[in-house]
Amino acid sequence: MSRGELAAPTRAGAFAEGVRDQLPILLGVIPFGLIFGALAVSQGIPGWAAQGLSLFVFAGSAQFVAAELVGAGAPALVIVFTILVVNLRHLLYSASLAPSLRHLSGRWRVPLAWLLTDEAFATTSARLNRGVQIHAEWYMLGTGLALWSSWQVSTAVGVLLGAQVPAGWSLDFALPLTFMALVAPSLVDRPALGAAASAGVCAVVLAWLPFKLGLVVASLIGIAVGVGLERFRNSAAGVPS
Amino acid sequence: MRLGFWAIVLLGGMAVTYTTRLSFLVLIGHDRLPPQIRRSLRFVAPSVLAGLIVPELLLADGHVPATLLQPRLMAGLLAAAVTWRFRNTWLTIAVGMISLWLLSALLPA
Repeated sequence: MSRGELAAPTRAGAFAEGVRDQLPILLGVIPFGLIFGALAVSQGIPGWAAQGLSLFVFAGSAQFVAAELVGAGAPALVIVFTILVVNLRHLLYSASLAPSLRHLSGRWRVPLAWLLTDEAFATTSARLNRGVQIHAEWYMLGTGLALWSSWQVSTAVGVLLGAQVPAGWSLDFALPLTFMALVAPSLVDRPALGAAASAGVCAVVLAWLPFKLGLVVASLIGIAVGVGLERFRNSAAGVPS
Repeated sequence: MRLGFWAIVLLGGMAVTYTTRLSFLVLIGHDRLPPQIRRSLRFVAPSVLAGLIVPELLLADGHVPATLLQPRLMAGLLAAAVTWRFRNTWLTIAVGMISLWLLSALLPA
């Protein structure tokens, strides 16, 4: 992500920047979409319903869990509840981006919320953490639409092709690698480092929890550790918290 | 499969997911957030992303493997060093993927 940010971007420039920052992530997302389409069909899900999950729910890990549950014969309401639990982390994303987007009208915020995925949050918050606020809505629209369209197309291709993606390529590994590059600039001080380290450890320790709850709990622990470390630092420095 | 079943899964799944995304952006005013919560927001990205990354590197089939000499962990640590030093997404992916392929070929499965 080395680019000059000297010139203030135009709206189109911010949109293009959002698309560009999403490209490395797509390297991991497209195989994920292909696999989702193929796996859904293998679970006996009709092709139109697999595509429907990508169109309407538009949340990768929740869709995988839903496909698994459909295959296991779970009732519809259980599946909906599970989707809710897996997607609870979006509450955190929504709260985290709200201060930077609150000046926008509902005509912006309602569609942008639709595009608020792990990947769009990661790129958008990384840009905000770099101190770039200008045209944040156009940036997020670009990064979100790039992801949305890739997700739809890769799902469709996955449904059509079935499980033909060579697993030996391990392209899914590009996803954590991209997240790594995105998280590094936010680790600016000890509280942030402590938050990341404790969340990472807890996510491993709590991985046995069902429905990705381990990630939710680990994130909350990480946030608490960050807040605690910051408060400790401030009180040691005599800053009222 | 049953149409009613899919109507509930698709529309219900959409409703709950979209509600979590709309929550603080549209439904609940961000101004209503207590200051403590607002101060904690900068830790959301590091925590969630680290929570997504570390299990991907460390766990195999949901368990910590007996030996840490695992291609994903080794390649991930190398990529982390590269991203820390160079702050470049494509370079991180290139180093991570190539070292994963090499290590997978070299290390016994």
